[in-house]
Amino acid sequence: MKHTIKELEDIASQIRRDIVRMVHGCQSGHPGGSLGCADFFTALYFEVLNHNKDFTMDGIGEDLFFLSNGHISPVWYSTLAHAGYFDKSELATFRKLDSRLQGHPTTHEHLPGIRVASGSLGQGMSVAIGAALTKRLNKDNSYVFTLHGDGELQEGQNWEAAMFAPFHELDRLICSVDYNGQQIDGPTKKVLSLDSLQAKFEAFGWHVINTDGNDMQSIVEGLHYAKTLTGKGKPILNLMSTQMGAGVDYMMGSHKWHGTAPNDEQLALALAQLPETLGDY
Amino acid sequence: MKKYTYTEKKDTRSGFGAGLHEAGKKNENVVALCADLVGSLKMDAFIKDFPERFTQVGIAEANMIGIAAGMTIGGKIPFTGTFANFSTGRVYDQIRQSVAYSNKNVKICASHAGLTLGEDGATHQILEDIGLMKMLPGMVVINPCDYNQTKAATLAIAEYEGPVYLRFGRPVIPVFTDPDQKFEIGKAWMVNEGTDVTIIATGHMVWKAIEAGEKLAELGIDAEIINIHTIKPLDDEAILTSVKKTGCVVTCEEHNKFGGLGESVARLLTTELPTPQEFVATNDTFGESGTPDQLMSKYGLDAINIVEAAQKVIGRKK
Repeated sequence: MKHTIKELEDIASQIRRDIVRMVHGCQSGHPGGSLGCADFFTALYFEVLNHNKDFTMDGIGEDLFFLSNGHISPVWYSTLAHAGYFDKSELATFRKLDSRLQGHPTTHEHLPGIRVASGSLGQGMSVAIGAALTKRLNKDNSYVFTLHGDGELQEGQNWEAAMFAPFHELDRLICSVDYNGQQIDGPTKKVLSLDSLQAKFEAFGWHVINTDGNDMQSIVEGLHYAKTLTGKGKPILNLMSTQMGAGVDYMMGSHKWHGTAPNDEQLALALAQLPETLGDY
Repeated sequence: MKKYTYTEKKDTRSGFGAGLHEAGKKNENVVALCADLVGSLKMDAFIKDFPERFTQVGIAEANMIGIAAGMTIGGKIPFTGTFANFSTGRVYDQIRQSVAYSNKNVKICASHAGLTLGEDGATHQILEDIGLMKMLPGMVVINPCDYNQTKAATLAIAEYEGPVYLRFGRPVIPVFTDPDQKFEIGKAWMVNEGTDVTIIATGHMVWKAIEAGEKLAELGIDAEIINIHTIKPLDDEAILTSVKKTGCVVTCEEHNKFGGLGESVARLLTTELPTPQEFVATNDTFGESGTPDQLMSKYGLDAINIVEAAQKVIGRKK
């Protein structure tokens, strides 16, 4: 372990503060999924990923990460800033004119850490597969990680990709699903049920693991374990249970905070629940 | 009228296959992907010599475009291959976000474009792809005119950094361009110098423009013929220079007149040099089953249609 669980939890708390302040600052964006995935991003960038903050697009010899559900960009931007990719003062420009921190992640403004645009859903797994194929051709044994929303799996392209990865034995591909059961129009069970994602991915030939995405110990151990599963010819799917809005009580467990910004009073309420650990931007 | 002859007929898709094979020999970073149409895209030679650099994606074009975008990360130069319809309309959003907006070095190579696909009919005969692709910021759009030019274009795009749409077709047509030509992206080719009318043609319509030029010469009309193989970026200078001389223009393409080469030329001329223009193109219609020759005739894409358009536009000159 590079950090103790307590240290990682402290980083996650600061990232959560950043998320609510960023979304409040521009009165738009997606706090719910961002908060729910703060622990995953912290575990990934501060414990699991072999990465270099001196960013190169090609990422030779590094682990790569692709965010498919690009709307949770606040959590990624804050994580990248705290990991040293750019100055955290830039978080204040989120979703504002002339910012590198676009509403959805993009390479277009050359923000370090981003390797492909995402936002239109369902495309990230295919891109990650391509990056993994190139790593194989380059004899680069690094890993490729992704994150997907659970509602996002309603997009058909995911299942083209899900069929491809096991057939080509991409066992250094580790995909995580933000399994919070919520999407814009309501619970996934009511909008379009995903039924058993575990059974679906196993039927496609994936090795599926289950983690608690809001328990730092669980997510760190789960991602480390996922890396040990390589060599068996199966890509790994991390079904990661999360609470939308995790860390801010009034946002938790409801799709209503998928894409709504807090007002001044709500911001104060949220910040009171999230200790400032690394200093606000 | 300069005399053009040919000794053989070949399909432009075979020019792509030959170019891909040669590009693969020249640069080990060139990789190819196909969505279950290897034979139709003439990828066999590449696959035989570089099996590890070829990915069969299956009938999953959206996945193919995403994989191609991802493969650029780490330095590969992916060429995707399927029919033009499945290369563009079917995967427009994947191209838009993962390739164009992300500025990935992907070459989208599209066969069986236009009516000359023939008997399969309208579901497969895309006549809107040039419009779809040219509207994407940063996308280069190329539609070469014969086997040799397609091969040269394929080699050229392998050396160009950035997203490209390369459009070619199924029918065998005359091979009339130089086998050793240097293909310069965005640079028009002067097929014939003339003074009375400028005929601008792309793809399969270039040979028809040459046939039309010969007929016009018999009628005493001296046609300047320009091959625009790169629809975007357009060679503004070549077009303006010609039109200043001739005072009228006919554009020819195997594509809907809405959104095609003709509209790009009209946009240029409207802003720089307002000029009478006629369009030889399909007119807001789907195609249908038939032989390529029957279809080109029925939908007004023959040499005689170019001749008539030239006569009409000359009559519109002040």
